[in-house]
Amino acid sequence: MTDKAQPEMMTGAEIVLRALKDQGVKDIFGYPGGAVLPIYDELFQQDELNHILVRHEQGAVHAAEGYARSSGKVGVVMVTSGPGATNTVTGLTDALMDSIPVVVITGQVPTTLIGTDAFQECDTVGITRPATKHNYLVKDVNDIARTIHEAFYVATHGRPGPVVVDIPKDIQFQTGVYVPPEEVKHRTYHPQVKGDPAAIEQALELMANAKRPIFYTGGGVINSGMAAVEALRDLVKATGFPITSTLMGLGAFPASNEQWLGMLGMHGTYEANLAMHGCDVMIAVGARFDDRITGKVDAFAPGSKKIHIDIDPASINKVVHADVGILGDCGHVLQEMLRLWHEKNLSEKVDREALARWWNQIDVWRARDCLAYQKRKDAIMPQYAIERLWALTHEMDPIITTDVGQHQMWTAQYYRFDAPRRLMTSGGLGTMGYGLPAALGAKAANRDKPVICISGDGSIQMNIQELATAIHHDLPVKVFLLNNNYLGMVRQWQELLHGNRFSESYVEAQPDFLALAEAYHWKGMHVTRPDELDDAIREMMAHDGPVFMNVQVVNLANCFPMIPAGQPHNEMLLGEEVKSAEEAGV
Amino acid sequence: MNKPATGIPPASAYFITPEKEREELHTLAVVVDNEPGVLARIIGLFSARGYNIEQLTVSETEHERGISRITIVCRGTPHTLNQIRAQLSRLVPVHSVADLTLMGDPIERELALVKVVGEGEKRVEALRLADAFRARVVDAHTGSFVFEITGKSRKVDQFIELMKPLGLIEVVRTGIAAISRGPKPLRAD
Repeated sequence: MTDKAQPEMMTGAEIVLRALKDQGVKDIFGYPGGAVLPIYDELFQQDELNHILVRHEQGAVHAAEGYARSSGKVGVVMVTSGPGATNTVTGLTDALMDSIPVVVITGQVPTTLIGTDAFQECDTVGITRPATKHNYLVKDVNDIARTIHEAFYVATHGRPGPVVVDIPKDIQFQTGVYVPPEEVKHRTYHPQVKGDPAAIEQALELMANAKRPIFYTGGGVINSGMAAVEALRDLVKATGFPITSTLMGLGAFPASNEQWLGMLGMHGTYEANLAMHGCDVMIAVGARFDDRITGKVDAFAPGSKKIHIDIDPASINKVVHADVGILGDCGHVLQEMLRLWHEKNLSEKVDREALARWWNQIDVWRARDCLAYQKRKDAIMPQYAIERLWALTHEMDPIITTDVGQHQMWTAQYYRFDAPRRLMTSGGLGTMGYGLPAALGAKAANRDKPVICISGDGSIQMNIQELATAIHHDLPVKVFLLNNNYLGMVRQWQELLHGNRFSESYVEAQPDFLALAEAYHWKGMHVTRPDELDDAIREMMAHDGPVFMNVQVVNLANCFPMIPAGQPHNEMLLGEEVKSAEEAGV
Repeated sequence: MNKPATGIPPASAYFITPEKEREELHTLAVVVDNEPGVLARIIGLFSARGYNIEQLTVSETEHERGISRITIVCRGTPHTLNQIRAQLSRLVPVHSVADLTLMGDPIERELALVKVVGEGEKRVEALRLADAFRARVVDAHTGSFVFEITGKSRKVDQFIELMKPLGLIEVVRTGIAAISRGPKPLRAD
C-alpha cells in the first residue's frame, strides 16, 4: 500500500489472467482458437486457473451457467473470434433470460484487421449486444483490466446477467498497466438495493389485512443469495401464508413443507394455480410474470392486490400492474419485511379465521391429487421414473439439471426440491441441449455432490458431444434419459391442439444410446421394465464414474396439469387419473 | 378443443391481449456515457421491444466527462412509455432518463436548412416569407437560397410547406433538442 506510483506492467494476455485471478476465478470453460492463442499460451504457463475444455462453445456457456447457478459464483468462458463467438450466442441469451452471471472473454482479430472481413472475424459486440446484459470491445491494452473488473461487477450487480469482453489479438500481445479490482468504480451502473420504506409499509399493511394471501416467488430469491432464501422461509412461516413458485424458484422454499403448494403456471399444480386465481393479496418476489406463469393476462388473479418485489425496474409493471411495487434486492426487502412483521406484531392482526378458511379451500383442491397418473407394471411411466429417482437419491442432496420439454416439467412436478441451487434448468429461453453441459459445470463447482442430468431423447442429442468433456476432466455426472422416441412436448401439443397430426415429432433412427455412451467411455445402462428401475438407479448412483442411463418410457404420456392456450388459471386440463370434484369431496 | 378467447389463434402458445389505452407522444431526455456502441444499444432496445421512435437527436454535452444527451420523441400508451423509461434506465451506460413531457411542457426546438431554387417573383416571395418566419439566409446564389430556420417542429413544418411551390428542392432537419422549464436542472447522475 506504500508505493502506488509504480504501476504493474504486463502483456494484455497476462492482464486477462491476472484480472480473472483477482476476481476469485478458479475454473474457466473454453475452447482455443487463433484469436485467443496469446491468452491460452499464458494459461499453459500457470496453474492457478483450471481450464475445462468443452467440445463446442455453446456447451462452454451452459457449463458456466451450471457452475454459476450451483455455486453463486460467476461462470467464466473463453473462446476465440468468429465461430467461437457466434457459438456462444444461444448460451448468452439463455443466461440473459434466466439472470445468470457469466463473463465471456472472446478473442478478436487484430485491431488493424477489424472491419476487413478477416479470417474468423465477426462483429462480436454487434452480434452479442442484444444477447448480453452488457458487452465491451477493448481497443487499448491499458483498458483490459478495468474492463474485466467492470464486467464482473455488471454481471453480478442488479439483475445478474452475461457480459462479453472482446479482446483483439494484437492487444493481447502489447504491454500495458494492470489495475486491481479495488481501483475500479463504475461510472453509471448503481442499481437500487434497498427497498423504499413507505412501499414496504404499504405491502405489510396489505398482507396483514389479507384473507386469501399467497406468496409467488421466482429465481430472483435464489439469485439474491442465502440471506434472501432464509428471510423468505422465515416470513412465510411467520405469516402462515401458502407459497408457490416458478420453475426458476424451486428449492428456495422446501417442497416438503406443508405451506408449499407446488409449482404454478402452465404445468403447475391444480392447487397452486387455483390459489393464484382466487387470492386477494399476491406477494410476488423475484419473479417476472412470464407468460408461462400468467396464462391469459386479463384473467390472471382477478380481484387481487399485487405486491411485486424486484431488483429490475423494467420487470415491475411490465406484464401485470403492481399495486405496490418495491424496487430493490429481495434479500434486503424480505429481511426488512420480516423485521417489521415481528416488530409490529402483525401476526396478531391477521384474520386467522379467514386464513383457516383459505387453507381449507386449498386442502380441497389438493385432495384432487392433480399429479396422479396411470400406474403400469408392463412399462415405465415417465412420472414414475422421476418419482423413483427422487425417492432413491434425494437423501444424497444431489444437483439436478434438465433439458427442455416434458421431462423438464415432470422433474419440476415430481422431483421435490428442498434446497436452493439444486435445480439448473433453462427456464426463459427453453434451450434444448442445456442439461448435459450445465451438469458438467455444476459438477466442476461441486465435486463432492452427485449431479444428475434428467434429459429427453431429443434434447440430449443437442449437446451430446460434451460426453467427452466429462471423461477428459473427470466430471462423473449421471445422465437419466427419459426416452420415449418422440419430441414429447411437441407431440403433446400436436395431439391436443393440432388435430393429432404428429408433424416431425417422431424421432426415427435413434442412436443405440448404450453403444454411444460406451463409445465416449461412459458406463451405459438400459432399463425398460418398472421392476428393474430401482436397482438400476442404485447401480447408477453407486458407480464411481459417469453413467448414461437410457430409461425406455411409454411413448405417448402427456404432461398434466396443463393450462391450454388463451385460458386463465382456473381452466386447467387434468390427467385421467385425477380425482373428480365429487371424489375429492369438493 | 378448448374455445379460444377472442383474438387469439386457437393453437397459440402465447396470450395476446389487445391494447386498450390511447397512444401519446412523449419527449425523453437520456443522459449517457459517451462510450462506443451506446447509440446502437438505445436504438436496438427500441427495435427489439417494438417501441416507436419518432425523432432522435444525439450530441456530446460535456466533453471532459464524456457525457452525451439523447433526446427521443417516442409514441406509446402510458404503460408502454413507462416500460420504455424503465428499460432505458437499466442499460449499463445510462446515467439518467427523464420524461420531459411528464415533467411539464418542455421547450422544444429544431433546426432546418432549406434549399430553394427560383427566379423573379418566386424568389422575392421566398425571401419575404423567410423574413416573416425569421429564417436566416445562410447561402445565396443568383438562382438559389439556403435558409436556416429554428423553432418548434410545427413552425418548421409550416415553413417547408410554404416553400414547396416556391422552388424547394432539399431539406435537412436536426430533430428536436428539448429542455425543461424553470430553474431546476436535469439530474446528471
